[in-house]
Amino acid sequence: MTVTPSKAGSNAPAPQDLVTLTIDGIETSVPKGTLVIRAAEQIGVQIPRFCDHPLLAPVGACRQCLVEVAMPGPDGELRTMMGPPGRVKPQASCTLPVAEGMQVKTQLTSPIADKAQQGVMEQLLINHPLDCPVCDKGGECPLQNQAMTNGRGESRFQEVKRTFPKPINISAQVLLDRERCVLCARCTRFSEQVAGDPFIALVERGALQQVGIYEKEPYRSNFSGNVIQICPVGALTSADYRFRARPFDLVSTPSVAEHDSGGAAIRVDHRRGKVVRRLAWNDPEVNEEWITDKDRFAFHYANRPDRLTHPQVRDGETGELRPASWPEAFAVAARGLRAAGRVGVLTGGRLTREDAYGYAKFARVALGTNDIDFRSRPASAEEEQFLASRVAGRGLGVTYTDLERANAVVLLGLEPEEEAGTLFLRLRKAYRAGGTRIFAVAPFTSNGLRKLGATVVKAAPGEEVPAIEQLAHDGELALDGGGVILVGERLATVPGALSAVAVLASQTGARLAWVPRRAGDRGALDAGCLGSVLPGGRPLADAGARVDVGAVWGSTVPTVPGRDTDGILAAAAAGELGGLVVAGVDLDDLADPTAARAAVASAGFVVSLELRASAVTEHADVVFPVAPVAEKPGSFVSWEGRVRPFEKVLEGSNAVPDVRVLAGIADELGTPLGFQTIEAAAAELDEFASWDGERAADPTVAASPAAPAPAGSHRLATWKTMIGDGPMQDGDPAYHASGPTPTVLVSAATLESLGAAVGDQVELSTDTGTAVLAVGVADLADDVVWAPTSSGGVNLGRDLGAGAGSAVRLSLVPAAAPAVQEAM
Amino acid sequence: MPTLKEQFWDPVAGFGVTFRTMFRKVVTEQYPKEKKPTAPRFHGRHQLNRWPDGLEKCIGCELCAWACPADAIYVEGASNTEDARFSPGERYGRVYQINYLRCILCGLCIEACPTRALTMTNEYELADATREDLIYEKQDLLAPLLPGMEQPPHPMRLGNDDGDYYRGTFRRQDDETGEATQ
Repeated sequence: MTVTPSKAGSNAPAPQDLVTLTIDGIETSVPKGTLVIRAAEQIGVQIPRFCDHPLLAPVGACRQCLVEVAMPGPDGELRTMMGPPGRVKPQASCTLPVAEGMQVKTQLTSPIADKAQQGVMEQLLINHPLDCPVCDKGGECPLQNQAMTNGRGESRFQEVKRTFPKPINISAQVLLDRERCVLCARCTRFSEQVAGDPFIALVERGALQQVGIYEKEPYRSNFSGNVIQICPVGALTSADYRFRARPFDLVSTPSVAEHDSGGAAIRVDHRRGKVVRRLAWNDPEVNEEWITDKDRFAFHYANRPDRLTHPQVRDGETGELRPASWPEAFAVAARGLRAAGRVGVLTGGRLTREDAYGYAKFARVALGTNDIDFRSRPASAEEEQFLASRVAGRGLGVTYTDLERANAVVLLGLEPEEEAGTLFLRLRKAYRAGGTRIFAVAPFTSNGLRKLGATVVKAAPGEEVPAIEQLAHDGELALDGGGVILVGERLATVPGALSAVAVLASQTGARLAWVPRRAGDRGALDAGCLGSVLPGGRPLADAGARVDVGAVWGSTVPTVPGRDTDGILAAAAAGELGGLVVAGVDLDDLADPTAARAAVASAGFVVSLELRASAVTEHADVVFPVAPVAEKPGSFVSWEGRVRPFEKVLEGSNAVPDVRVLAGIADELGTPLGFQTIEAAAAELDEFASWDGERAADPTVAASPAAPAPAGSHRLATWKTMIGDGPMQDGDPAYHASGPTPTVLVSAATLESLGAAVGDQVELSTDTGTAVLAVGVADLADDVVWAPTSSGGVNLGRDLGAGAGSAVRLSLVPAAAPAVQEAM
Repeated sequence: MPTLKEQFWDPVAGFGVTFRTMFRKVVTEQYPKEKKPTAPRFHGRHQLNRWPDGLEKCIGCELCAWACPADAIYVEGASNTEDARFSPGERYGRVYQINYLRCILCGLCIEACPTRALTMTNEYELADATREDLIYEKQDLLAPLLPGMEQPPHPMRLGNDDGDYYRGTFRRQDDETGEATQ
């Protein structure tokens, strides 16, 4: 994992920048500035190391990588680097850059280097407890391995070892065994350099030196799991994986994270048909070696007790769901859908590309409708047009690497640390490298934006449009000189904002990328799960596009433009649509969860394809269990437009993917889909070459000035935090406990006028309901408050009927009154 | 034409062996009516040993499963808590299974065990009617409770921490209470 990948050809430096040196008698030329340890890797010489990590700045903390080095002197004669008179001084190869004519001898050819390495290993093991049998790292431990290859067989240490009380929680998820630590500082460097959450540091001195946290604050980071993975010993372990398995028990499968649109490469380890942990996999183009805690720890959802295991149909007599066979359920679903007449399809954002394509074709071929929408969140017609014109079927656009090369990145309606963690880490890398300036239009300077060094253009919710329009004329920003605009899905809730973004991109020539939260959103869009978009980004309105699609499908494509999610639900409630086909949609995510629940409840006939029992399955007439990501192959499309395929992890599972269920219903309806497997669906989707015809025009919606909040109210700014209440995050208490305390943020003046102190409980209320959360302070405007959309049991849409821009009232909960504690 | 020797002597010559053997010592064992002790280090059924206070020695480290050439051992570890302690230290074996349909009684697991929790007894009667019954669970393998031992979970009785157990510096409650093995 720690071997640096060879850089792409385009990055190769000019030949004059190469430095020639000799390692173990082998002459090699490497780019100037390369570290000796890296140059040795390139010729296949492995120098033992603990602190060295290719993605972290060199520190030379562990001294395990000592080698013997000779340099040519001014007279051209080789001189070995010496310490005290007569004694060779071995050098740490992880901090030593190569130099012309350098002669390096590693442990393979130099007894001095070998002896030095053995000495360091013995020193490191003096206080190491050697409790490998109870240590989670045992079997995959660099210390274990390198003690075998580069250590002495026997210890000469007779004295009592330093011990500490057994593990301490540096967060709810991360456990620290201080006595196992070899003080390599990988974790502290990761936190400081990569994640930007310097909550852990090396404290004390000498033999007592240890990794410590500030006593009153737990280690709080959305990326804390990475320190567990890069720890070269078992000092940092995860509460979730503790004592769960040994490396030889595990079957590892490379996969792709399903929690955000980053497309992070992960490795899924399973034992006896159950996933026990997930690790970051190395993909230099995408996530490098880092993933978010959500990608790492949120996988228990597939094994919850409410997982659906068999099809169910609603019994005509009792009105209850009863188990049914697959053929019966297919037949009942087909009969019901045929009787329902017009049917809408809601797919949600969690589908793989292939499953999404199954729905897109099912809606048009089997149901004969364009009423299909993948957006299960507040959305708008303007967004649909924006997606059709700027995003759908565009293929690979702005990439992670492009962000590092861009001179400026503008974040609009996007909080990368919470909504796209992989993107956040790459933006932070770009910012730290110094070449990329980051700007954001946001209601306040969040922690994530602070860590990106972002210049924040403050805009209250609903007032983003003037701020976006101003960006074109911002001399400091200079978007026209190689800028990138990243648009979050939340901008859809601001009328005119996406139109303004399209204008901004056209005016400045800046590159544009749309960053949804969900992993399946971009894939669903490309597969045609949108009323006005056919597969491959073909506009429905274009007759040529319809012919194109009809030729692949062997049928005609309905021409009436489809409704969006809210429209489909409203039509179902009003009886205009007789039925609904709903995939993994959490109704609480929608703009108006109460109305959505009512619509699903009152809809004529509902077919639900779900993993676990949900608000939709409660009212569904037929429920089909479908496979979670680990139990089917497929692919996601990252926000870049990069297709990220993955294989089935749990080979033993016989859970069926959505595509198979849809094919079964379609067969019963007499309009076969033409494929029954993921592979066949992918093959058919790939038949759609990219669309080279006319695209939909950019949206031109005029901005409507946001209404000021009524007296005594505040305007609500909100987005989802990474660690929150989604159903795919269920099942790991330590993961949730390591998340932030759900907090309402207000301006300092508002806090004062409330008479509250930071940490007090405040009540948010609307005419619909109330919610109690802790209060904090941020540089918000006085009439704006921020609260997490769905965290700590509070869902603003469900509990308050409020979304971004809504007016909410704020009051202090008297300390004497028991604060309402919402159940997690 | 066979010779006289072939015609008359050879057919009865074999009975000479029979006749001679009739006066030798009988080697037939009357198993199962009479059971003979095995050699003292015979590799028989496994046993999971206990500390003198009854806590389990197994720490669920899976080294036995790792060493097993027949993949006969399945172990799942878990954390001891203050409320439910099964072994000294942090970790214990929550699930411990040996599949005697697979086990070849080679004893590599015994060599791998870092706490001497797993040893072999001399019991060799490992036959049963069903496959399920030949997968021995932890309760089938644990050594019986001797006098002075207490069924876990219970707190550490012999010392303040696991170091006392492993260094052998624990207080002997009863000098006659030996370990459960052999």
